[in-house]
Amino acid sequence: MSATGATEDRIDRVGVDGRRPRAAKTGLESLGFDDSAPLLEVEDLQVEFRTREGVAHAVNGATFSVAEGETLGILGESGCGKSVTAQAIMGILDSPPAFIAGGRVVLRGVDVLTLPEASRRLVRADRVAIVFQDALSSLNPVFTVGYQLGELFRRHRGYSRADARKEAVGLLDLVGIPAAAQRVTDFPHQFSGGMRQRVMIAMSLALDPDVLIADEPTTALDVTVQAQIMRLLADLQQERNMGLILITHDMGVVADVADKICVMYAGRIVERADVHSIYRDPRHPYTKALLQSIPRIDLKGQQLASIEGLPPTLTKLPGGCSFNPRCYLARDRCRHDEPPLYAIGGGRESACHFYEEVPEK
Amino acid sequence: MTETATTPPAEERERRTEVVLSVRDAVKHFPLTQGIVFQRTIGHVRAVDGVTFDLRRGETLGVVGESGCGKSTLSRVIMGLERATSGSVNLLGEELVGMSEKQLRRVRRHVQIIFQDPYASLDPRMTVGGIVGEPFRIHTEVAPRGDRLGRVQELLEVVGLNPEHINRYPHQFSGGQRQRIGIARALALQPQIIVCDEPVSALDVSVQAQVINLLERLQREFDLSYIFVAHDLSVVRHIANRIAVMYLGKIVEIGDETAVYDHPTHPYTQALLSAVPVPDPEVRGRREQIVLEGDVPSPANPPSGCRFRTRCFKAEDICAAEEPGLVRRGGPPQLSACHFAKELDVVHATH
Repeated sequence: MSATGATEDRIDRVGVDGRRPRAAKTGLESLGFDDSAPLLEVEDLQVEFRTREGVAHAVNGATFSVAEGETLGILGESGCGKSVTAQAIMGILDSPPAFIAGGRVVLRGVDVLTLPEASRRLVRADRVAIVFQDALSSLNPVFTVGYQLGELFRRHRGYSRADARKEAVGLLDLVGIPAAAQRVTDFPHQFSGGMRQRVMIAMSLALDPDVLIADEPTTALDVTVQAQIMRLLADLQQERNMGLILITHDMGVVADVADKICVMYAGRIVERADVHSIYRDPRHPYTKALLQSIPRIDLKGQQLASIEGLPPTLTKLPGGCSFNPRCYLARDRCRHDEPPLYAIGGGRESACHFYEEVPEK
Repeated sequence: MTETATTPPAEERERRTEVVLSVRDAVKHFPLTQGIVFQRTIGHVRAVDGVTFDLRRGETLGVVGESGCGKSTLSRVIMGLERATSGSVNLLGEELVGMSEKQLRRVRRHVQIIFQDPYASLDPRMTVGGIVGEPFRIHTEVAPRGDRLGRVQELLEVVGLNPEHINRYPHQFSGGQRQRIGIARALALQPQIIVCDEPVSALDVSVQAQVINLLERLQREFDLSYIFVAHDLSVVRHIANRIAVMYLGKIVEIGDETAVYDHPTHPYTQALLSAVPVPDPEVRGRREQIVLEGDVPSPANPPSGCRFRTRCFKAEDICAAEEPGLVRRGGPPQLSACHFAKELDVVHATH
């Protein structure tokens, strides 16, 4: 049935009757996933880009965890390393120039970074899946959405075409696409932006992953559609008790759905806290400045507090704290001494030497 | 906005109420054709279908709506880049519709535009000086030849760029700085109106605030009128004095910023506003949200009567039969195109 390489053939042949339990038919079983182990723990993840201009530390020591049914928001501006973190967890970094320089990504007791590529392929979509920002360029324009959805079942589960088609219809229905049985033969360009993102979500949920990473899932969409998609994601997450990592730059979207938040700046996590405390009482100058620089729909503000300057180039990070050239609290120590992620009580952490002074200004 | 104490109040008020742009029933249809050799018109995309509004001096009109609602076509019609199919666009007392190309080029000086994408809207092979000074080569009367270099440097300084960077190329600047270059170019001809087409949506949050503050400062300094087209309703609320909400080529609600945001009457406005996430986890789950079903219908074949009725939670028979006019309805002062217009504060509503 498949005319592809040896690896995929082997996977296809594992399932003979097409409907055996998950572990038996995918070969995942031999990897030693333990469903009683913590869901996902990322420890001191280091990703660097080796470029001609030098080495850029795109992710520099990220540590976080996600539990079942929990939503972690990773918040940051472009270039802060949030998408690279997602790609490292998925194992889809462009390498070269990107290399994982250290750290562990432990999924259900298994450090997936140590797995060979063939095994990572089994993990992707099955254990951890991703929804990208741009649905149009993530879908293949020359195959029907039904084919693309069904492919997951055929590859990972060894389903027949007819069975895979049935699953595809079921999934489209699940994500709220009207007349799913007819739409399954449509091509991506025949769907609107919001509908395409629903197809992407269907695809990511196909194999019932334990962790779903949503990388800016609504940035390209209109607000009314954004509300639909976020609601859909939240419902599905609850229903399946998945861990959700929501990567975004939109402070409004994370406030609405996240349980806890990591704020990233120039490759580092600079503040970590539960969602309520971080909005009420930010303890890193960057978080505070971000919150003050966004206009709010429910308040007619005066002048917006802008953060002067620009995020630094990753190959030429300033000495000490990366935020010091733009920081209102910066003093000598910040220019020489890089702050660790201080535990500041209440389960919160902040990478600022002067975190105690942040609330006062 | 209160820094104009030098002008006597009466004169000031008169200037403020001076209408610089008046659009009446503007229509822009794009033909849909079929056939390769003999093209037949089989229909029209009604991108803008009867839009009426006034823009006063020094005022910011925010135009909001979902993609495909006609916001960008409307701004192109105002710019004179697209010729309106019918209706009237009156700019500083001159009618743009039906004007010759030559005249149009002269008048266009008064309306400039800032584009969304600061990467695509600057020619990578021109220097900053060339980009900002190019308008002077077309409208030679604005700055005499010998004066231009100085003017360009002045403009760069006004938008917060280093005038010594005049010989640099766009790739040497960051996104926010490039947007400043675009703003300097728009200011070069001393326009009365600037159309800002999603000027900050490609920028990072921390840089976005810098550009918004700059736009506000320039407006005060040069007494500019803005048409601010954006899909981010929080940004629009921040900068605009008046708001026009568009749906499928028509304005469904228009009025003062506070009226539209705090007392919206059209169901579409209410849905749009309630969908905007508020950056405050305390209101989570307590905010009333109207989630619309489905997608925007095709502008080639809009629904009969009220165009919003196919997605409206209030729709009744009359909505399909009769198109509601854009008129004042009941309490709040804004105009609303809904048979069942009723004020509902969705932005602050919690339950």
